[in-house]
Amino acid sequence: MGAEFVQLSLTPILIGVLAAIACAIPGNFLLLRKQALIGDAISHVVLPGIVAAFLITGTISTWPMMLGAAGAAVVAVVMIEAIRRLGRIETGAAMGVTFTTLFAAGVLLLEQTDTSSVHLDVEHALYGNLESLIWLSATGWTSLWDPVALADLPPELTRMAVTTLVIALLTAVFWRALKISTFDEGYANSIGILVKTIGFGLVIVSAVAAVAAFDAVGSIIVIAMFICPPATARLMTNQLEHQILWSIFFGAGSAVAGYVLAGYGPLWLGSSNAVSAAGMIATVSGLVLGIACLYAPARSRVTASGN
Amino acid sequence: MTTTTHPALELAASDGRTADSDKDVDRDAGLAGSALAVRGLTVSYGTKPAVFSIDATVPKASMTAIVGPNGAGKSTFLKAVLGIIPRLSGAAYVDGKPLETMRRAIAYVPQRASVDWDFPTRVRDVVTMGQFRGLGLLGFIRPAHRKKTLDCLERVGMADFADRQIGQLSGGQQQRVFLARALAQDAGLYLLDEPFAGVDAATEKAIIDVLKGLKAEGKTVVCVHHDLATVTDYFDHVLMLNIRKIAEGPVSTTFTGPMLQETYGGRLATAHIDQLKLD
Repeated sequence: MGAEFVQLSLTPILIGVLAAIACAIPGNFLLLRKQALIGDAISHVVLPGIVAAFLITGTISTWPMMLGAAGAAVVAVVMIEAIRRLGRIETGAAMGVTFTTLFAAGVLLLEQTDTSSVHLDVEHALYGNLESLIWLSATGWTSLWDPVALADLPPELTRMAVTTLVIALLTAVFWRALKISTFDEGYANSIGILVKTIGFGLVIVSAVAAVAAFDAVGSIIVIAMFICPPATARLMTNQLEHQILWSIFFGAGSAVAGYVLAGYGPLWLGSSNAVSAAGMIATVSGLVLGIACLYAPARSRVTASGN
Repeated sequence: MTTTTHPALELAASDGRTADSDKDVDRDAGLAGSALAVRGLTVSYGTKPAVFSIDATVPKASMTAIVGPNGAGKSTFLKAVLGIIPRLSGAAYVDGKPLETMRRAIAYVPQRASVDWDFPTRVRDVVTMGQFRGLGLLGFIRPAHRKKTLDCLERVGMADFADRQIGQLSGGQQQRVFLARALAQDAGLYLLDEPFAGVDAATEKAIIDVLKGLKAEGKTVVCVHHDLATVTDYFDHVLMLNIRKIAEGPVSTTFTGPMLQETYGGRLATAHIDQLKLD
């Protein structure tokens, strides 16, 4: 647990934890607004946007990727609305059609593109490349105080840390308005809260979380972390404030446990190969939700029973 | 959802004309003396109008019932007045000023069934939402705010339930919590959407007592109301709707058999109307 841990495991774990938290926080509100699938939709739609950005710029860098993903998100929203109105199809189905179609288009686009020079392929889109986000210049825990070594931290870590911090701050600042408009939109509207702006802001924040996390950890974690930690947290408490804290705990816990299990679990079972950390993190978060469904304190709620 | 000043309003103000041949000026008569005035309100879902060209004037310190059959647009009317759903045309004025500038003077009580009561929050948190305008986005909840929350719960007989999760309440208790949240707003005009729907007798009594108390304090209460049998007991003013406005005025002169038949499209049995204790 010394130099090797810091060099090979510390940064992937931190990035996984931050990605989980960045997605879990807005996920709480999406879940309560019955819009949990928006996280799913966004993380699928991001792929064609990123591929398009790569085709145009020829590099994988943050800003073109963000813009490409944002562009794809806009296309998706327009598509969903168009399908809903022109085809008279309900929103859930329109979203499902839109995000699978766009994701599939992204895969086709990716296969036809020469991405051999960069780390961008279908597998990467699904699982990310968490294990490769190592901190090569670290020589041990003391590197945490070494400016030279710190300058060599994977850029994904800084990006994810800034994103998570901004999301946490925005949630804190708009907490009251978010809570009121999530609980009772009509009432929030009547007291002058700009509910449409709040709702749109929530989707934007979710999209930013998804895009930032996508590159580092892939879409599987993003999808899982938007839903599993908040859903587990809801089963632990009947207070939104506590639910958010629980969701952060479960998101971060799944990231750490999943990463460790992916690396060492197969060894314990006698196999020699580690498995995908992203896949394991998502699996752990699902398992935790399953356990919570059976044993968590707030699972037997009066109004939740029977429907 | 911006609303411009009704053109006739400026006209009436500029030359001081009162009622004359100009119909629009007629419409704006009494605007200033009213608690709520609605002018030319039309809302449509798709191509069908849900409410059509409604003018209504609610006198100050009145208890006004909005009655009409299912699908008459009663809730739609209230929501469009508040700007919760978009208006195709029309405007609303509170104390003679555009409603959009008077939000602090209005407390809205939505239909109980319009929210998910499984939401993770406690009774006291819901009532504290009523103090949002005073607290703002980041204001700390101080002892004075907590006391106010408990006072409002006390007024609806729910003080003992302050720390309950809202999903554990009965329908009547939920309705009282919604009323307490509105009380916490210290408004002058209360707009309630079916406050007596599906509540027990004790709750109905508790709610009507609070509403009558508000009227006694000079505040104005408007309820979407579906129980015709209690209109004459509870209310002094009535607005009868069926997409269009059928009638409005004091209950004693407006809430009559012929008007009811017109509002309900002749679907009310005569025997039923006879039971309504009409004057």
